[in-house]
Amino acid sequence: MSPSMARNPPWNRIRRKSVNAIMLTLTGICTIFAAGILVFILGYLFVHGARSLNWNFFTKLPTPVGETGGGMANAILGSAKLLLVATFVGVPIGFLGGVYLAEFGGGGFSFLVRYVTDLLNGVPSIVMGIFAFTVIVLPQKHFSTLAGGLALGIMMIPIAIRSSEEFLRNVPLALREGSMALGASKSRAIWSVVIPAAKAGLITGIMLNLARVAGETAPLLFTAFGNRYWSPGWEQPAASLPVMIYTYAISPYDDWHQQAWSAGFVLLAMVLGVNILSRIILAQKGPALR
Amino acid sequence: MQVSPKIDPKSGDPMSTLPNIGVPSSSESHTAGAAPSKLSAHSLDFYYGSFKALHAISMEVFEKRVTAFIGPSGCGKSTFLRTLNRMNETVRHSRVQGEIRLDGENIFRLDVNDVRRRVGMVFQKSNPFPKSIFDNVAYGLRINSSLRRAQLREAVEHSLRRAALWDEVKDKLHQSAYGLSGGQQQRLCIARALAVNPEVLLLDEPCSALDPIATAKIEDLIFQLKDSCTIVIVTHNMQQAARVADYTGFFLLGRLIEFDTTPVIFKTPAKKETEDYITGRFG
Repeated sequence: MSPSMARNPPWNRIRRKSVNAIMLTLTGICTIFAAGILVFILGYLFVHGARSLNWNFFTKLPTPVGETGGGMANAILGSAKLLLVATFVGVPIGFLGGVYLAEFGGGGFSFLVRYVTDLLNGVPSIVMGIFAFTVIVLPQKHFSTLAGGLALGIMMIPIAIRSSEEFLRNVPLALREGSMALGASKSRAIWSVVIPAAKAGLITGIMLNLARVAGETAPLLFTAFGNRYWSPGWEQPAASLPVMIYTYAISPYDDWHQQAWSAGFVLLAMVLGVNILSRIILAQKGPALR
Repeated sequence: MQVSPKIDPKSGDPMSTLPNIGVPSSSESHTAGAAPSKLSAHSLDFYYGSFKALHAISMEVFEKRVTAFIGPSGCGKSTFLRTLNRMNETVRHSRVQGEIRLDGENIFRLDVNDVRRRVGMVFQKSNPFPKSIFDNVAYGLRINSSLRRAQLREAVEHSLRRAALWDEVKDKLHQSAYGLSGGQQQRLCIARALAVNPEVLLLDEPCSALDPIATAKIEDLIFQLKDSCTIVIVTHNMQQAARVADYTGFFLLGRLIEFDTTPVIFKTPAKKETEDYITGRFG
């Protein structure tokens, strides 16, 4: 027996081993529980949603109650249009705000901006809807794609600002210095070196942000409202997948429930797809940032 | 503290144009003979916040010569180098007092981007942009001039040849610069700096991350470049200073202790501190 073993009596070793075993089991159970919930949701949605999913779902308009068949083509297009408006509202403001915070900020004003941004991020999504409702729907006296897009766009701003700032900050100082040492002004260096170096991250941030607001229901309830038909242009109420799920899920009709499951499945598949795609983009471009 | 080499640096003619690259080296330029002053510091103080990093540095850098700064870590040699192209101004809460003259003009009165174009810099760790090899070298040309495509290609090739990198990269100009080895990346950074035809080239420990073979290549390059360019190099490696430099300055605790021709510094230094450092008694 070595001298160190002599100072370590056997019961001490047993206690250490049993504590280790208990903690390992506990952490393992918690991990399995957390991952299990996700797997359960995915599986449940897949079983219920994929069953009634067919080509009509993507191409047909909703049918009146009692009539079988039909789809949610208008809601899919409506969601796409809402996200387009949201992108035009949220991305430029969020991106430029992020550039300001990462490259020019640093004083008390930046602190204030970051603080307000975090507050904005914590504002309940329905309040965003009320804001868009007050600003656009009330004066115009009708629901519209534009109002819904604005509500979603404002929701995108805080995360767009913080994710842009984060990815721009990750660009090494050496690259900025390298650029400025060649006679580039600071803004030139940011535009021609820093932003291109952070491009993959910036795009990923926007994609994840879009995927997040794609599932928002509350801000759309009294902005885009909903629509059983196509919604041409930007000035009319529009259907969207989350609102459609909400409406169909609380209805008393079985085939509407089925369609709500399908819509949920499509929405989740879309979000999951965007997440996986952005992981791939980051994994490929990541090493370039070093 | 005014430290000045024994030879007379005075020369009346202001260096007017960019160095002529095609001209073969005169035998004179390899010996530390009389040369006009290109860049000079006049009682320069530098502060990081309240910390005084440089104390009254006065010295001259001579045209088309290699000047080396040696000294222990944290002695201010890199800080001084980074003031020569006003790179230190990007550091928050930094402050500078005194003058640095480039061809007799105070650089703090000139346009900062102009100063940095005329006084190029290569950093300790190679920092190629995440772009192709070609775009890295063309970067400075694109922001400082509007060359046609053919001229741009020619200038890029010329710079890569000057940096002794052309033969290694000519077949992969449009591949990412990150595919190059460490030594190649550092020579790419030199080529990128040379592309805008700087009058002075500042090298901040350019070989500290390189193996001996890559280091030898960079040193060869410094010998070739000094015919067309004034070079200032910061190095931790005293043998390197002895090999490449015509003049050497010894820094200690933010002061320029001694500045003279390299043989004098290494063989018969005037100050005890210099001798102690050179002979390895401290540092």
